[in-house]
Amino acid sequence: MTGSIYQQIGGEAAVNAAVDVFYRKVLSDDSISGFFDDTDMDAQREKQKAFLTMVFGGPNEYTGKDMRTAHAKLVEKGLNSSHFDAVAGHLQDTLSELGVPENIAGEIMSVAASTKGDVLNQ
Amino acid sequence: MPSVEFSNRVYEAEPSESVLDTLLRNGEEPNYSCRKGTCFNCMMRTPDGGVPEKAQAGLRETLRVEGYFLSCLCVPEGDIRVVQAEDAAIYQRALVQSRELLAPDICRVMLEPATPLYYHAGQFLNLRRGDGLCRSYSLASVPNLDRYLEFHIKRLPGGKMSNWAFNEMKIGESVDIQGPNGACFYLPGAPEKNLLLIGSGTGLAPLVAIARDALNDGHSGEVRLYHGSREPAGLYHRDSLFDLAQTYPNFRYTGCLSGENPPLGYTRGRADEVALAELKNLKGWRVYLCGNPPMVHGAKKRAFLAGADMQDIHADPFELKELRTKPRAAEQQKSVA
Repeated sequence: MTGSIYQQIGGEAAVNAAVDVFYRKVLSDDSISGFFDDTDMDAQREKQKAFLTMVFGGPNEYTGKDMRTAHAKLVEKGLNSSHFDAVAGHLQDTLSELGVPENIAGEIMSVAASTKGDVLNQ
Repeated sequence: MPSVEFSNRVYEAEPSESVLDTLLRNGEEPNYSCRKGTCFNCMMRTPDGGVPEKAQAGLRETLRVEGYFLSCLCVPEGDIRVVQAEDAAIYQRALVQSRELLAPDICRVMLEPATPLYYHAGQFLNLRRGDGLCRSYSLASVPNLDRYLEFHIKRLPGGKMSNWAFNEMKIGESVDIQGPNGACFYLPGAPEKNLLLIGSGTGLAPLVAIARDALNDGHSGEVRLYHGSREPAGLYHRDSLFDLAQTYPNFRYTGCLSGENPPLGYTRGRADEVALAELKNLKGWRVYLCGNPPMVHGAKKRAFLAGADMQDIHADPFELKELRTKPRAAEQQKSVA
């Protein structure tokens, strides 16, 4: 039951706690921050929240198609597997920093990993 | 698809299209400017209710109840009838009390509203001239401290409103005001929080208001104000800000000049760069950013990376866009003819 993970870690409050930590890590990473130079930070933060809600198993309207459309321009600019892995690493660090138990973090990371093909338009 | 009815004409909305975009696509000429919910110029009213919550965010309660909404943010969920907001509901009169130069290209204008205006220091109003020309200006005054509404107007090359304010506006003349608008203001209730205020040019106006409001309110945390300009003359209010620092030990003002070789007593660099170099850890700080958009957007990111929470960063970029109105379109046609 992925829905129960969302409840177990605290629902929307967990997403709100995680989003700034996660986004700050992503923006501070020089290998990927360049992809976010032109983005509206408020809009980007909402997207990050939607993504975290989805990987935490919360209520979402995620579709692989949206993920593809959203990243198509970045793929053109050179977004590749190493960038995806770097972002995934920051998610992992965020979860451990917030004290999410390992087994739950593992489930969350496998959901995140499942988006790789869509993100990279493969 | 939902339909949008305007002036007895009915248009079909495209998927996820705003009411404003539906009308513009069909050749209507409603008022609008920023198209992202900031300027409030595209306000409309529906007699039917059922407007998405997002399209009424920031409107005062009385307007929400009466069905006012921002057409640029309103993606209708069902058929909707809309009318241009009634003037009397959203505009009121104000009289020009004074006008004086603060710098060669910046003047201070004081207005007295016909009825008291309830606002927060740091918000902005739309000012409208008799012929319909309309622009947004930040309030530099503080509700409980100042009798008049105060604005700092920078003269822009070819700027119709700013040149009018400099050259032609008369004391005692009336203008229309709409507002208050904007969410970039001091929030009481956490007097111990440190405040960082960074502004360029007349972006100083709302920041001075926020600083005075906070200090007058008994704010006990640090209040640090960084004001940036190219030339020394652009750092207006310098003396009164040093005076404010004498009165309140927790307030500090830093004037920053981005040009070469600044005179003694000024700090060299852009205001945001100077501020972020001095304050490396902004964890727990509230940050207010105001002025030219590239500075505001860049500083927002750097303040966030320096540890400030996104919800504690309040930004008010001055987007210099034409506030369109029908009378102006008519005026343009006339000048062509």
